[in-house]
Amino acid sequence: MDHPEPKVAETELPEPTAQQQPREAAVFERPGAEVFKTKNVSIYYGSFRAVTDVSLDIYEHEITAFIGPSGCGKTTVLRTLNRMNDLVTGARVEGDVEYRGASLYAKGVSPIAVRRRIGMVFQKPNPFPKSIYDNVAYGPRVNGEHKKSRLDEIVERSLRHAVLWDEVKDRLHKSGLGLSGGQAQRLCIARTLAVEPDVVLMDEPCSALDPIATGRIENLLREIKSRYTIVIVTHNMQQATRVSDRTAFYSVLRDDKNDTRTGVLVEYGPTRQIFEDPRDSRTQAYVTGRMG
Amino acid sequence: MAAVTAQPQVDLREPKGWRRTRNRAATVAMYLAFVVVIVPLGFVLYTVIAKGASIISWSFLTSPIPVNVAPPGVGGMGPAVLGTIEITALATAIAVPLGVLGAIYLNEYGGRGPLARFIAFMADVMTGVPSIIMGLFIFTIWVLHFGYSGLAGAFALGCLMLPIVIQSSHEMLKLVPNSLREASYALGATKARVTVTVVLPAAIGGIVSGSLLAVARAAGETAPLLFTILTVTTANPNVFSGANTALSTEIFANADQPFLGAQARGWGAALTLVAIAFILMIAARLVTARFARYQH
Repeated sequence: MDHPEPKVAETELPEPTAQQQPREAAVFERPGAEVFKTKNVSIYYGSFRAVTDVSLDIYEHEITAFIGPSGCGKTTVLRTLNRMNDLVTGARVEGDVEYRGASLYAKGVSPIAVRRRIGMVFQKPNPFPKSIYDNVAYGPRVNGEHKKSRLDEIVERSLRHAVLWDEVKDRLHKSGLGLSGGQAQRLCIARTLAVEPDVVLMDEPCSALDPIATGRIENLLREIKSRYTIVIVTHNMQQATRVSDRTAFYSVLRDDKNDTRTGVLVEYGPTRQIFEDPRDSRTQAYVTGRMG
Repeated sequence: MAAVTAQPQVDLREPKGWRRTRNRAATVAMYLAFVVVIVPLGFVLYTVIAKGASIISWSFLTSPIPVNVAPPGVGGMGPAVLGTIEITALATAIAVPLGVLGAIYLNEYGGRGPLARFIAFMADVMTGVPSIIMGLFIFTIWVLHFGYSGLAGAFALGCLMLPIVIQSSHEMLKLVPNSLREASYALGATKARVTVTVVLPAAIGGIVSGSLLAVARAAGETAPLLFTILTVTTANPNVFSGANTALSTEIFANADQPFLGAQARGWGAALTLVAIAFILMIAARLVTARFARYQH
């Protein structure tokens, strides 16, 4: 990686200062390799077009935030990136979605192989009704790792990465459902990290959590982004400014004649630019709180 | 700033009127319904225990069935206890795996496809088929060719259990939250893996208790056995061939006898059967609790 390691961001959106500028500029001018390239992507549920015309590139070792009002298709686009939408009957993708140069929706691509590289953390913490240990070891076991010593090592490392180890190390064999909301979500993150994915997709991971748990998860995201590429859907604009390097703003196109709503990608760029110097009036209206 | 003034009295009692009347009427009606249901059940249990308890003993459960004229103290229901256990066990071995696999197909694989809808519909229809028809069905397709046997009885009981197992397992699988399936898929699991390692463990308590209830139901069935096991008085440890006997059909055979001894043995068989059903119900509860370990 030839661009400088980004500094750990403050918890509040900092005032733009002379010291802050180079970091933003570095991210803007010299991003890492493209992990995803999407071109003119439209997603349908049956005959309903949920999202249209999404073209964006997502870069390695960055946190990319998807923001926008409800029903704008941010989650739908996110779930397209690891083929989770395959599980919804009638879901269909048009356009190109490339992951590291390979088309995700080409013939012969196995969604299983895709999801082993591109993990996902969901809106509601969803630990399995198994022990904490078995929750984290689930992914490695699915991938064929059954050696006890290796699994112990992976479980400890993943829980440490997810900043949960100290809280659960004495109760690894108790149920994962006994954790608080914030702990359960960090367990789900640990479970995702345990398979060492290339990309972690997060669908509003903090919407069910209080501000303290949210702060912990945001710190965690900043810590792990040097190893993973993260895409996060959030309803919380402060969260986007706090953690993300780039932001994509989605909006809803209403067709009153047919009474349909379709999500569109309005604007995509470095987070600072989206929030401080939006090019599109709809972005401006949304980030300043006049709409949405 | 206004001074604190005396507040008017607030009336928080339930307001009088039509709403309160209806509420009380509905409450009384529900208590009555409860009594109407529980009283006959209590009488049944009381009668079975009162008439059967005196004859029950270890020797009653193990001794051969005597001739009908034998007095109450002679012989017992050993062959019928053995027959009920072996026939019900075999029926369980046939119906439960098939039923659980069917439910997994319906919920996880079939989706809304025509085959899944057909199977679900047939399971509904099968639940409504009178149990004696199941007996006649097995009589025509099996007994007429291969003769009476415990196996034939197990087929008939299995046909009866199958739709119950399918439906109760299907309901349990439906309760498994989709978020668990998605979490597993997102870790790169295959569909089979998701089903075996996430969906089944999450539903297993309900599936086992539903199956045990089906077993309890089948153990007490008489009609499907009438045409399939012949109901003999000798013990037949070979469930796969030769005529057999069972508690339910022994109750049927003894109840219409004029001899006091036979009637007493009939009541004893009835109490034994109720006890077996009761034990299975308790087991179902324990199993549900055991598997609920990680659910909270």
